[in-house]
Amino acid sequence: MITSFLIKSLDRTIVVTVAILLVLAALVPALNLLTAPDHPLHVPTYLVSLFGKYLTYALLALALDLVWGFCGILSLGHAAFFALGGYAMGMYLMRQIGARGSYGNPLLPDFMVFLNWKELPWFWYGFDMFWFAALMVVLVPGLIAFVFGWFAFRSRVNGVYLSIITQAMTYALLLAFFRNDMGFGGNNGLTDFKDILGFNIQADGTRAALFAASALALAVSLVITSGIVRSKFGKVLVALRDAESRTRFLGYRVEHMKLFAFTVSAMMAGVAGALYVPQVGIINPGEFEPGNSIEVVIWTAVGGRGTLIGPIVGAILVNGGKSIFTAAFPEFWLFALGGLFVLVTLFLPKGVVGTAQHYLARRRAYRETSRPENATGLADAEPLAAE
Amino acid sequence: MTEKTTKSLLYLDGVSVSFDGFKALNSLSFIVEPGELRAIIGPNGAGKTTMMDIITGKTRPDAGAVFFKGDIDLTKKDEAEIAQLGIGRKFQKPTVFESHTVWDNLELALNRSRGVFATLFYRLTGEDKARIEEILTTVRLTARRDDLAANLSHGQKQWLEIGMLLAQEPELLLVDEPVAGMTDAETAETAVLLKEIARTRSVVVVEHDMGFIRDLGVKVTCLAEGSVLAEGSIDFVSNDPKVIENYLGR
Repeated sequence: MITSFLIKSLDRTIVVTVAILLVLAALVPALNLLTAPDHPLHVPTYLVSLFGKYLTYALLALALDLVWGFCGILSLGHAAFFALGGYAMGMYLMRQIGARGSYGNPLLPDFMVFLNWKELPWFWYGFDMFWFAALMVVLVPGLIAFVFGWFAFRSRVNGVYLSIITQAMTYALLLAFFRNDMGFGGNNGLTDFKDILGFNIQADGTRAALFAASALALAVSLVITSGIVRSKFGKVLVALRDAESRTRFLGYRVEHMKLFAFTVSAMMAGVAGALYVPQVGIINPGEFEPGNSIEVVIWTAVGGRGTLIGPIVGAILVNGGKSIFTAAFPEFWLFALGGLFVLVTLFLPKGVVGTAQHYLARRRAYRETSRPENATGLADAEPLAAE
Repeated sequence: MTEKTTKSLLYLDGVSVSFDGFKALNSLSFIVEPGELRAIIGPNGAGKTTMMDIITGKTRPDAGAVFFKGDIDLTKKDEAEIAQLGIGRKFQKPTVFESHTVWDNLELALNRSRGVFATLFYRLTGEDKARIEEILTTVRLTARRDDLAANLSHGQKQWLEIGMLLAQEPELLLVDEPVAGMTDAETAETAVLLKEIARTRSVVVVEHDMGFIRDLGVKVTCLAEGSVLAEGSIDFVSNDPKVIENYLGR
């Protein structure tokens, strides 16, 4: 059952992309660790972490694309799930600091000592164990998405209204996490991490491993998403995106379908956040900023929503552009981002990847119909080529 | 429950519904027997579409009873449940899934387990494949099976939708204006197809085209202002003075 699900997920583009990711997962760390710093092929550690960060963004965009591109749910709160996964990982990393914090308390993180707390809040229990934190990385975003989706989809909240309440959700979480007495470090968030799984988080080797883990997580998520999209379930998702009430009259429980996609997507976003935090070294409530979620939408739109490769390409392109642009003209980045979104919406509604695919498909169709032995097929294919 | 309800396939009694004070249905009573093909006519705003909305669970009635197969209370169920019970609906405007191929449209409509995990791990069996191919032949779309539904002509979309209803294997089929926008030849073919379908299940057709209804040659119900005005053969109904005044005469 699972095997056939996975086999179905693999078409040429997916195989090629997964192969590229696997090669990167091996090659980039090798070039970073095994070459001398003055070697022409040496990849400096800061670049490893930067690209590792891009890969986690790509995973977040892929997660959004599952619900937006294939299911029509424009979530403007997906960065919240990313941040929740990040906080779960951050809590693990805080507890790994142990007695090495400024106050030297073996149990309590520094900010709790500072707030004069005497014991660890109950929700911090278990986060000293990696397996527990890893479980929470998927469970917490998944559970919140499930509860949120349960109410939203059952009451048939759709379109703009749904987008607005996802935005409200991330804003509510932002305000909650800002409060010191929530027990998540308030305004400053969680930082000053030392170790992950016993390895120094600043070490080149750890950074390279985190990069490889990000590439692997993206590859695995790509295969899972592709499997979902190519199954009959995926066809139902597209069907309900285009004609929701028709799908209902075919006997499908639309709200269950949406809920499943939304929850899976939130879990993937959580994994992305968990890989992001150790690479940037901090997680704070700013990650819940509504603007962050909107940026994810832009990456996905630029790359091409409704394609699986699009969001990955979009996230890397836009963030690469952002890194270069903010260094050169720091004040203008937001204008450039807004302009990019307008241009893509106007001229490339299918995004970079979607437009390229459309162009290639048209060229293939044109070539097939212009071949003389296919002349009988001409009548059928004509409207397509003449488009 | 009365004796009457247990025999009929669909039983509506005293159904009323109003929208913002406008009475769309006014104590409507209506019975469909198993295997019956029934035509419904009536002027705009007579409540034809509202009646279908109530049967399929899209709208809840303010008052009245709606029973399917004798004792299933449809007013307590939602669209998906009612569809799974075996009531199929064809809309006025052809609604097929445009970004799916003809084949996928039929595969989605096929009467199989429709849960999240059942669809996630669904594999096309030989039996399902044969069934889809059979339907493709019936609705004459075999040559276009791999084309996107968006690229079909208007008439072909109507036929695909009828094919999807066949795939659903409903016991009761509600068809809203199946020949709107069709050529005369297509209209005649559709009448043949509907009669064919009605051999194995009950069909309720809402239509404005009197010629088409004459082609069907079945019992006709005329609705006006939310209740039944007249019921009987096409000749009987079209000679009824109330019907002429309310509908045909206009």
